[in-house]
Amino acid sequence: MENLIGLLIAAPLLGAVVLLLGGRRLDKAGHWLGTLFAAASFGIGVVLFADLLGRGAEDRTLYEKLYTWIPVEGFQADVAFQLDQLSMTFVLLITGVGTLIHIYSIGYMEHDERRRRFFGYLNLFLAAMLLLVLADNYLLLYVGWEGVGLASYLLIGFWQHKPSAATAAKKAFLVNRVGDMGLSIAIMLLFTTFGTFAFGPVFASVGNATEGKLTAIALMLLLAACGKSAQVPLQSWLGDAMEGPTPVSALIHAATMVTAGVYLIVRSAAVFNGAPDAQLVVTIVGAVTLIFGAIVGCAKDDIKKALAGSTMSQIGYMILAAGLGPVGYVFAIMHLVTHGFFKAGLFLGAGSVMHGMNDEVDMRKYGALRKFMPVTFVTFGLGYLAIIGFPGLSGFFSKDMIIEAAFAKGGTQGWILGGVALLGAGITAFYMTRVMLLTFFGEKRWQPDAAGHEPHPHESPKSMTIPMVILAFGSVFAGAFFEIGERFLKWLEPVTGYEHGNSPVSAMTVTASTMVVLVVGVGIAWSMYGRRPVPVVAPRGSLLTRAARRDLLQDDFNHVVLVRGGEHLTRSLVYVDHSLVDGAVNGTAAAVGGASGRLRKLQNGYARSYAVSMFGGTAILIAATLLMRAV
Amino acid sequence: MSFPLLTVTAALPAVGAVLTAAVPAARRTAAKWLALLFSLATLALAVLVAVRFEPGGARYQLTESRAWIADFGVRYELGVDGIGVALIALTALLIPFIILAGWHDADPLENKSQRWRPTQGFFALILMVEAMVIISFEATDVFLFYIFFEAMLIPMYFLIGGFGDRATSSRSAAAAAGGTDENAAAQRSYAAVKFLLYNLVGGLIMLAAVIGLYVVAGNFSLQEITAARAAGTLDMATNTERLLFLGFFFAFAVKAPLWPLHTWLPNAMGEATAPVAVLITAVVDKVGTFAMLRFCLGLFPDASKWATPAILVLALISIVYGALVAVGQRDIKRLVAYASISHFGFIIMGIFAMTSQGQSGATLYMVNHGISTAALMLVAGFLISRRGSRLIADYGGVQKVAPVLAGTFLIGGLATLSLPGLAPFVSEFLVLVGTFARYPVIGIIATIGIVLAALYTLVLYQRTMTGPVKEEVRTMQDLRLREVLVVAPLIVLLIGLGVYPKPLTQIINPAVEHTLSDVHEKDPKPQVAVEAKNGEAAK
Repeated sequence: MENLIGLLIAAPLLGAVVLLLGGRRLDKAGHWLGTLFAAASFGIGVVLFADLLGRGAEDRTLYEKLYTWIPVEGFQADVAFQLDQLSMTFVLLITGVGTLIHIYSIGYMEHDERRRRFFGYLNLFLAAMLLLVLADNYLLLYVGWEGVGLASYLLIGFWQHKPSAATAAKKAFLVNRVGDMGLSIAIMLLFTTFGTFAFGPVFASVGNATEGKLTAIALMLLLAACGKSAQVPLQSWLGDAMEGPTPVSALIHAATMVTAGVYLIVRSAAVFNGAPDAQLVVTIVGAVTLIFGAIVGCAKDDIKKALAGSTMSQIGYMILAAGLGPVGYVFAIMHLVTHGFFKAGLFLGAGSVMHGMNDEVDMRKYGALRKFMPVTFVTFGLGYLAIIGFPGLSGFFSKDMIIEAAFAKGGTQGWILGGVALLGAGITAFYMTRVMLLTFFGEKRWQPDAAGHEPHPHESPKSMTIPMVILAFGSVFAGAFFEIGERFLKWLEPVTGYEHGNSPVSAMTVTASTMVVLVVGVGIAWSMYGRRPVPVVAPRGSLLTRAARRDLLQDDFNHVVLVRGGEHLTRSLVYVDHSLVDGAVNGTAAAVGGASGRLRKLQNGYARSYAVSMFGGTAILIAATLLMRAV
Repeated sequence: MSFPLLTVTAALPAVGAVLTAAVPAARRTAAKWLALLFSLATLALAVLVAVRFEPGGARYQLTESRAWIADFGVRYELGVDGIGVALIALTALLIPFIILAGWHDADPLENKSQRWRPTQGFFALILMVEAMVIISFEATDVFLFYIFFEAMLIPMYFLIGGFGDRATSSRSAAAAAGGTDENAAAQRSYAAVKFLLYNLVGGLIMLAAVIGLYVVAGNFSLQEITAARAAGTLDMATNTERLLFLGFFFAFAVKAPLWPLHTWLPNAMGEATAPVAVLITAVVDKVGTFAMLRFCLGLFPDASKWATPAILVLALISIVYGALVAVGQRDIKRLVAYASISHFGFIIMGIFAMTSQGQSGATLYMVNHGISTAALMLVAGFLISRRGSRLIADYGGVQKVAPVLAGTFLIGGLATLSLPGLAPFVSEFLVLVGTFARYPVIGIIATIGIVLAALYTLVLYQRTMTGPVKEEVRTMQDLRLREVLVVAPLIVLLIGLGVYPKPLTQIINPAVEHTLSDVHEKDPKPQVAVEAKNGEAAK
């Protein structure tokens, strides 16, 4: 069974190699091949899952060591995999949702001449993400981590001829690299502290390390997680990443990439449990991002950017839960899985809408689409109900658990975190209802595009709608399935541990409050966008709205501080290098060599004489040596 | 006496150089093939050296020793340790690609008014440099090393000054054809002289130190002096040792190059043809870092430790400063040059961190940097030769018209930014972790290099390869077969050594152990006890 773990990664990796090196011969079959490799990986995942289920709860960890990767004295890095319940959950999500997105892309990218390459990159993305969740040590995880960064760079910038896409891709990679600094430093700290960075030995020995060390390691891991999971302050790349084709957004936002940070923290539970201060920072980062993303989501008119704000916010919930420790780990992952279903469904739905609307993304130019795209409407609608936490649907269970766990943190902290999580649920209801109303209800507000083409909204082909239907199914039932008999909790508990928190408010009260904020959020959205006609041109809006449209001024800040500042710094350094350093060294050399005039003469073309004089000099010095020996 | 493999390995390219130079002027193509053949034969010998070398055996192997200038103790002594084997392999590996990439760089210009540049000479000089570099990696006699360390400046000088890049770096120069050749020639000459002067000054200071060493030790044998130093039978006054160390180190720091002695490199790499630029940074400069590891640490262990803090700070400045200045470059080749300065900072930092991870990482870094820079710079050269300009701003949208060129350029760039999975990541991480283990603050600051490398690489890629297709780029051809043959093997190596670096680490590690014992250093121990082995679950 262990041997299958490597195959999980090998299948999509082979797919990427075949598709990217195959050349034009494979143009006709490339998308089918790519989908096949993704599906094969899912198939292997299911076989392994069945095997794990057949074992006892304490015996569900498989290892496979392929070879020793970097051996230098005490520094021993292996290429070795570890499959346990946590990794298994991710494997099924990544390959399952990933395969659906592959199928969807067959139709979505049909008219793109570089479709084969697109599927190659998708396969690469899956392989990297699988490596990330299956590695048994931090250094190998780092390889998957950066592989995901590379694949996202290639996919976000897939339409490279658009300068905005190329810029967005570069930005995503760079912001992630800042996070990578954190991961690098964390691994170095692990090595100097424990002499190893493999999961098993490190987690078994955290008790021997000081709290200060663990806090430092945990904070560095958090920095890494902030990069990949687009948490404040490294969130700025996520909105721009919408420049990629829509299936990429679904892949990045639902099944892969942004979930990596949550995985890293939950995987490192042992380290975080020993560092309460770092955990507090994790919860703060999660809570701030949760509100930040939600506010941005309220103001965007671009359907994909509104959904991007929502992703940021929902990942904020997961990070918040992960920061709560054993009370929250299980629910962080549960929300991650249910979110994987409904967010993938919502993005694919958004792609389907754009597909039928000449790639228009401005929701103010949609309206009344429910009549023209019934399947998209129903599946998107179910995803909508799931994300706002409509009772009985997936999001209801997972989000409710997180809010309850936040209150259970206890004391003032518990009230603040719980309150923020509750408030976030209300804002989520608002902005998602807004998206729903602007897109599918009201009057039609379409206009001919720049080339004069009137949009003819139509339902998308089967290859696109079938994945949407499957995801909608998951959005509806996954939460209840996980919750009945606490199946998910029992599955994951052996890995992450679990404590039932003592919430100052009862579960019933939490659920009731959530329902109240939900109704309020939906109600406000209805009164603003449902009762009145929606203007095609966005009104000026309040100060907050305008700031939120600009991603709460994050880019303006980055631009002024980092980009401008950086440009000034590099420009002055280029000047310094050319004028001062070079000049000083040249001047010194000239002074040492004698008159600077001679140097100038040499530069004017008499240099060859210098080569000769060097030999002369050497000869004299050898003679001097001989002489010295004689003395 | 057994077969003198090391002598033959170094002599073969020299013989090739003489024969290539002797080919009649009209038979240019034959000369090129002859040079390529000799470089391939040298590669075969380098492989043989690596095969015959036993990682677990004596420190120096395949040794040769003959009296040379018996009167004052200069011997012809050769021998290789794992570090030398790795670098000889790198040199012998890169030269065929350099020759193949520069196939047309020295063809006579159609414009008759130009000075004709002898093709034969170009390839002969490259082989000559190879011979001298290889023997520098083999020499275990300090004087013998010094002679070739200095002598390689001469062929390099002519390669830079005589065979400059035909592409220009200024916009006006690209537009007007007439008076620019003189301008370019002047710049080229300036770069060549600057290269020569910097390295000569370093060399002369080193020569003084070499003589000083002889006065103190009474011979030039690296093995004898190192052993005596380690055993404590050869005492040096503290100040003498420090002065001698500085004399050696200065020369190596010019060649490596270390901030603030780096300014000759951007000029030289900018003005030389791309293959010669690779020869400078990937091959010749490595002699400098190699010599720090072999001569500075072995001969002057106490002075090396004394100077470590200052050198680490200079290395750190090189890393950050080189990367920042690279971001601000407008010329593709100068950008790569500054990136190399940043990378040399990493190498020197790893050497002086005095840990096995740092020094093994630094040695691996020398090899990997050679391959990755060759990949990036040679593709950049192919790009530049198509458009006749080195300015980044003259390109845009190339990936649309030449996807293979753009793809290989991207992979070269990703290697330069040390993407995990590619070879440079392994060495860069080892250097970082090896430095961090002893000097945490310096290790942490150095990680800024990770972000900056991504910045200059991706900005370069974005500005040249993406965006709307520029008018002048529209008709650009994709890579030709010869060019693919140059780049593809380098990419395969970058991936292969990134996934499986063990063949290199297992010959480098024992050598580094010896070096560390020369300076009486041991790796820091982990701070806490560990309770499980790899592959065991934590409960």
